Amino acid sequence: MSAVAPRRKGAKESAATWSVLDRVGLAACWVAGIGLCVVCLAIIGFMFVKGIQYVRPDLLFSRTIASSNEAGSGGYFDPLVGTLLLIVIGIAIALPLGIGIAVWLTEYGRPSGLARLVESGVEVVAGTPSIVLAIFGLAVFQGKLFAFLSFTQQGGGVWGRSFFTAGIMMSLIALPLIVASTREALRSIPNHVREASYALGKTRAATIRRVLLPGARPGIATGATLAMGRIAGDTAIVILLLGGSALTTQGNVPVLNILKGGGSTLTTFVYANSPAGEGNKPDKAYAAAFVLLVIVVALNFGLDLIGGRRGRTAWTK
Amino acid sequence: MDEVTSTAHRAAAVPPPVRRIVLDDQPTVVTPGANGNGNGNGTRTPAVRFAASDTAARERMRVEELTIAYAGRVAVRDVTLPVRQGEVLSLIGPSGCGKTTLLRSLNRLTELTPTATRGGRIALDGQDVDELDVTLLRRRVAMVFQQPNPFPMSIFDNVAYGLREQGTKRPGKRDLAPRVEEALRRAGLWDEVADDLGRPALRLSGGQQQRLCIARALAVEPEVLLLDEPCSALDPRSTQTIEDLIVRLRAEVAVVIVTHNLQQAFRVADHVAFMYLGELVEYGPAADVFGNPRARRTREYVSGSFG
Repeated sequence: MSAVAPRRKGAKESAATWSVLDRVGLAACWVAGIGLCVVCLAIIGFMFVKGIQYVRPDLLFSRTIASSNEAGSGGYFDPLVGTLLLIVIGIAIALPLGIGIAVWLTEYGRPSGLARLVESGVEVVAGTPSIVLAIFGLAVFQGKLFAFLSFTQQGGGVWGRSFFTAGIMMSLIALPLIVASTREALRSIPNHVREASYALGKTRAATIRRVLLPGARPGIATGATLAMGRIAGDTAIVILLLGGSALTTQGNVPVLNILKGGGSTLTTFVYANSPAGEGNKPDKAYAAAFVLLVIVVALNFGLDLIGGRRGRTAWTK
Repeated sequence: MDEVTSTAHRAAAVPPPVRRIVLDDQPTVVTPGANGNGNGNGTRTPAVRFAASDTAARERMRVEELTIAYAGRVAVRDVTLPVRQGEVLSLIGPSGCGKTTLLRSLNRLTELTPTATRGGRIALDGQDVDELDVTLLRRRVAMVFQQPNPFPMSIFDNVAYGLREQGTKRPGKRDLAPRVEEALRRAGLWDEVADDLGRPALRLSGGQQQRLCIARALAVEPEVLLLDEPCSALDPRSTQTIEDLIVRLRAEVAVVIVTHNLQQAFRVADHVAFMYLGELVEYGPAADVFGNPRARRTREYVSGSFG
């Protein structure tokens, strides 16, 4: 059946005719691409083999007990909840802020001096090591003004460490990623799409809300996923601003008492339990690391589905 | 008269045909009803002043002595044109000669370009467009773009987008459905999409997307429909569908179409305006402009000597 279009193969271009340098370059590209896959598979495989055997459902849901004794130290419920809580708080703060900044930068961005300032501000935040953010956060949140975010110790000092304060600093880690991906997504929407909306008598606000943000949604979802991964993986802020302890509560108001209290995340749990860090329970460390990996990978796939990154046709420029 | 002669292949043994590009010929504008005192050959006809008899009742828009510049560079110079209901006006001319700029100025889209400045007057039903609220003006003078650009939402929402008022009053889906159907029918798309209006509009084919954009523009029931090379990104079959549609629409709305495609202009247009380097060179009934052009540059352009 070759009536419509005979499937003929012409002589293919062969890399054999290329210069040596071009061939080396091509080989390097292949090696780099395949190498990344190998490394990625190695990480997942290693953590799977080392971790899966210690991931027991009862440990997932049992409280952590500070003990140097393997059997009596409990599970990793606390760090698991801590990780998820920080992700939720960090993204909840960073997402609206980041989208707002990106919309202002791409759709308004005037005066241009201010836009440049905002841009470099975002870059500085992106480049600041999280331990620096953590120390800065601690200094700020120990101020009397922010006592409501954690609690006031006996003697009047503000503790400054809580899910609130750690979550706020985590949002700073998430912010640049969300700003960058939202900006990129907005920029990739061609101008004639905006004009088409104006040409129907729509205001700029309506255009942003009804056309541009829905169009940028896949990009925003990508940024949020990356940001969640960063929050889940950060350790410095957790140690300084969350305490790295089991879940502790402050006050009697439900939910709020947890948010005002301290805790830990899977990252600090790994650090505290691994012999490479401070602990003597390598099995639990591997298991927690595996759970962390599963969370991050699941986030990636989950948001892929929600964000609708697949099967979308883009506009022509 | 200054003539630039360019030879494309100097090295060729056979001398190539000489292509003449006239740069500063005076505009020769012929209005319907005027008895052609401009018979080409550089006869100077002053920029158009329409006789009173030309201001027919069907005239919806009127452009007078319109000049538009981008950062001081003039893109449209001293153009005067009527836009009438019941006919298709086609703007033709080479690239970069101000056709699209002229079109975009009709619903004040040129104002989106910060460097653009405008002189002259544009009137919609006798009222200066500058005095109209810009969102209202753009509902009355709708536009379809060169590239199909449906919004990232369902087919239904695309058509309903222009109908949904901003602010407090928001008509429900039930109120909008008949108007959406009507607009899709007028754009000749209803039969293809009726079974699934919830489908994302960006999944449609290019020709369907462009007809959706026309439906979207028609839904707001405009008085004037501006089309900026609406078929340049489409295959011949979609192009034909849209051309048929344009010819059908002219009874209800005044249609202005910019096109590079002379054959297309010939097929759809009742009146043709030839623009060259920002100036209106010739304006008249399509049969005259194509069959018996009065200005020399028009004749050369229409016959394919340049462009």
